[in-house]
Amino acid sequence: MALGEFRSAQHEGTSVSHGHAPGTPLLRVRDASVRFGGVRSLRGVTLQVNRGDFIALVGANGSGKTTLLRLLHGLLAFEGERQLLDAQALQVMVFQRPFMLRLSVWHNVLLALWLARAARMDRAERSARAMQALERVGLGPLRQRPARALSGGEQQRLALARAWAVQPQVMFLDEPTANLDPSAKKEIETLLEGFRADGLTLVMSTHNLGQAKRLATRVVYLDRGELRVDLPTAQFFADHVDGRADLFLKGELSWNLE
Amino acid sequence: MNDFAQSLQTALALITSGDPALVRTVALSLTVSGTACLFAAGFGLACGAWLAVARFPGHRAVVLLLNTLLALPSVVVGLTVYLLLSRSGPLGSWGILFTPTAMVIAQTMLVFPVVAALARQLVGDSLRDGGDQLRSMGAGPLTCALLMLVHDRWAVVTLLLAAFGRAISEVGAVMIVGGNIAGVTRVMTTAIALETSKGDLPLAMALGLVLLAVVAVINLLIGFVQRGQGSALAGVR
Repeated sequence: MALGEFRSAQHEGTSVSHGHAPGTPLLRVRDASVRFGGVRSLRGVTLQVNRGDFIALVGANGSGKTTLLRLLHGLLAFEGERQLLDAQALQVMVFQRPFMLRLSVWHNVLLALWLARAARMDRAERSARAMQALERVGLGPLRQRPARALSGGEQQRLALARAWAVQPQVMFLDEPTANLDPSAKKEIETLLEGFRADGLTLVMSTHNLGQAKRLATRVVYLDRGELRVDLPTAQFFADHVDGRADLFLKGELSWNLE
Repeated sequence: MNDFAQSLQTALALITSGDPALVRTVALSLTVSGTACLFAAGFGLACGAWLAVARFPGHRAVVLLLNTLLALPSVVVGLTVYLLLSRSGPLGSWGILFTPTAMVIAQTMLVFPVVAALARQLVGDSLRDGGDQLRSMGAGPLTCALLMLVHDRWAVVTLLLAAFGRAISEVGAVMIVGGNIAGVTRVMTTAIALETSKGDLPLAMALGLVLLAVVAVINLLIGFVQRGQGSALAGVR
């Protein structure tokens, strides 16, 4: 299926309205598979994202975490079913290496707002929202600086501001703290905790198991494109739930281990 | 060597004397090539951006054709426009052959493939970096492509400079559709060709140096603006 066809299907027919209470289903994929040429990156994945969840996707490199995030967000063509259960739910994604246009910090946020809700927000409202978002991530004083002149951690915070500014219901994050120093990591984690406290639903891929343990309410373990474990965080880390997941947790998962 | 030294002296004398015929010729060169580049930029950037995101049967063939047209000989463009605008041609009733308008049309046709092909490549490369992220923010394909033109605006300026250089330095098309009429359609390159045919090589060379000097001044001005932006972006990765 071509991406264009998929996106239009998503907008035309597969959205159903549900309640806004925490725990209600928001997004669901069923038996979803993704191929890149001859390589199958995801196989028969079934996952439901509920309102208020903070899901950590964990797994070895190449296990399909980023592919699953992109599938959930609607950026990939796939086989199977994907249902957005709230037609009004706005989704955003923060990428591992955020792409900043060669514009100021301020204009990058304004542009995100314009793209997301061009018809629904007037100029004053957009400016106020952009300022609020930049203040929230601590970049208010840097708003006139070129976005590409920011440090890695600041760019990641700007990406979060850009995503949060549009008032999404779901935020997908692809290893948002990869390549950041410990203090920048902590800043991002604090922001994510704040977003969750505000009721935002988050789905994040990470290699940092400590981070998954600290932040997530559910952990989803992927292995070679298959979803092997989907459990509440405490249970995932406490129980011996899956042979390969246990090996992964111990850091003993070898690429040729069967 | 003597001829070259003499050319330099003549060029300096021409520039410092402010010779009215030279000024008129330079002004017409800049006007014709500048206008052609403006039209080519308008159509070419839009077409290049669209081709970077559009997918349709024959897309590869269109891109191949566009890239091939980068090597379009100016004489062929001149002949094509001449045939279109000559009295017996389909657009003969316009009566614009041997006018600056005809020269603008010819140079626009010459420069359009340069702008479109390079813009398509530029936008395509940038989309590979950030296209998904812009789409994830809600931008449609064409919006993504146009945003990339803004993102790469200084590369676009360089691209347009290359296009302007192609336009102002060509002689075949403007000679055929303009006719090199003194004071009406004579531009720098046709004047150089004329002086060369008359055997006044130092003057021809001097005119060539003046042409280069004019383009160098334009490049310098753009360079100053770019450097201003560059210092504002100090430390940009």
